[in-house]
Amino acid sequence: MAEQTVLFAKHIDAGAKMVDFYGWEMPINYGSQIEEHHVVRQDAGMFDVSHMTVVDIKGGEAKAFLQKLLANDVAKLTVSGKAMYGGMLNENGCVIDDLITYFISEEYYRLVVNSATRVKDMAWINQQAAAFEVAVTELPELSMIAVQGPNAKEKAAKVFTDAQNAALEGAKPFFSVDVDGLFIATTGYTGEDGYEIIVPQEQCVELWEKLLEADVRPCGLGARDTLRLEAGMNLYGQDMDEEVSPLAANMAWTIAWEPSERDFIGRSALLEQKASGALHKQVGLVMEAKGVLRHGQRVLFTDDQGVEQEGVITSGTFSPTLGHSVAMARVPRSIGEIAQVEMRKKLIEVKVVKSGFVRNGKKTF
Amino acid sequence: MSNIPAELKYATSHEWIRDEGNGVYTVGITEHAQGLLGDMVFVDLPDVGDTLDAGEDVAVCESVKAASDIYSPITGEIVEINEELEDSPELVNSDAFNDGWLFKIKADDASDLANLLDAEGYAASIEED
Repeated sequence: MAEQTVLFAKHIDAGAKMVDFYGWEMPINYGSQIEEHHVVRQDAGMFDVSHMTVVDIKGGEAKAFLQKLLANDVAKLTVSGKAMYGGMLNENGCVIDDLITYFISEEYYRLVVNSATRVKDMAWINQQAAAFEVAVTELPELSMIAVQGPNAKEKAAKVFTDAQNAALEGAKPFFSVDVDGLFIATTGYTGEDGYEIIVPQEQCVELWEKLLEADVRPCGLGARDTLRLEAGMNLYGQDMDEEVSPLAANMAWTIAWEPSERDFIGRSALLEQKASGALHKQVGLVMEAKGVLRHGQRVLFTDDQGVEQEGVITSGTFSPTLGHSVAMARVPRSIGEIAQVEMRKKLIEVKVVKSGFVRNGKKTF
Repeated sequence: MSNIPAELKYATSHEWIRDEGNGVYTVGITEHAQGLLGDMVFVDLPDVGDTLDAGEDVAVCESVKAASDIYSPITGEIVEINEELEDSPELVNSDAFNDGWLFKIKADDASDLANLLDAEGYAASIEED
């Protein structure tokens, strides 16, 4: 039996089509995922992301522990509330999960990890934590709503208390405040402005209803996927996993190599990967012809040495904003500006661009 | 339970077929099928004049979620395609049994129809899915 979030009845009220998402019964859409996509690009939509896992790390060695656990360096976080994205790697230098870390103090950090990876994440975190003076606490009593879109902040402001609005005044991206019972972060998974709000379960339905009254539209996992793909954001399990290096998944920027004496898990393996010269890289693909690029399709090209090379599409979709298909692919580094994708037994030419196609409603390539 | 008009015939692969008289039949996909596929983004139709065997793949409905082959329910020749779908593939979602039709086919042998399901039979077949 799949788990349900506290918003389950609200989703049904709103006409949601529910699907099993890694053991959670979640809304895939409320009628049309394309309409929901446009709402987030043009106005304001909200997503129930209560299935995500919140983990608090507390204790005298919290900072030292996370400097070991994560490829990004929590020492970069010095202002309370600041957030950071990055990977938790295994000893082979591949990605166990990607997550956001919030800095509250050097003895208190909050992690938000994926729901699909919850069990293995918790096992890994607890295993690594054994050597440190830290307490690892999962907080299933917390729900989460993401409010996203160009009008998201303005509409959410009508729902927040004066103190919450005051605390959010001038907040930059990747920041959080914890005021009047809500943990509000300026983060998201859509490429638009907005908030991710962590709320105690018993207050979640009320928050959802108030956001509905403020004319924020419910959006499902279908739109969430096309939005994040247009924004060039990775989906764990698809664009990277335990077999994939962050260096081959557009996550090099999340690896803190300095200070060089910081021996985070996966560091030595990453150095070996770099030295091997065999690392692939992530690129974006654009296909303006009819059809939709899909996960798993082969990407073929001939490099400038005349050698035939092959990569793979990790995520592909129809882009509602652009009106044609886009994809993220993992390919040999020798790729040029054009490649071919094998689609339904035919080879179709595609343009190769940087991963990431739309930001703040605008085309970026 | 989705809408299944009683006057149509159905294939288990979710096409519907409507008798237009003179041996011409209109074909589309069912309300149930469009619901499974989700928002349609492209519909790849055959050319007028193409000849098809019953069960042969004839078109592709591509949604945000997946590409799905459409099979001809009967043997015959394509006599008309729904050109509106070029610019408005979402008609398949909004009006699967009318404006969202895919093509018209002239039957070689109207007895092919006997191999298809009636509304009740189709309703039973999707219950099993």
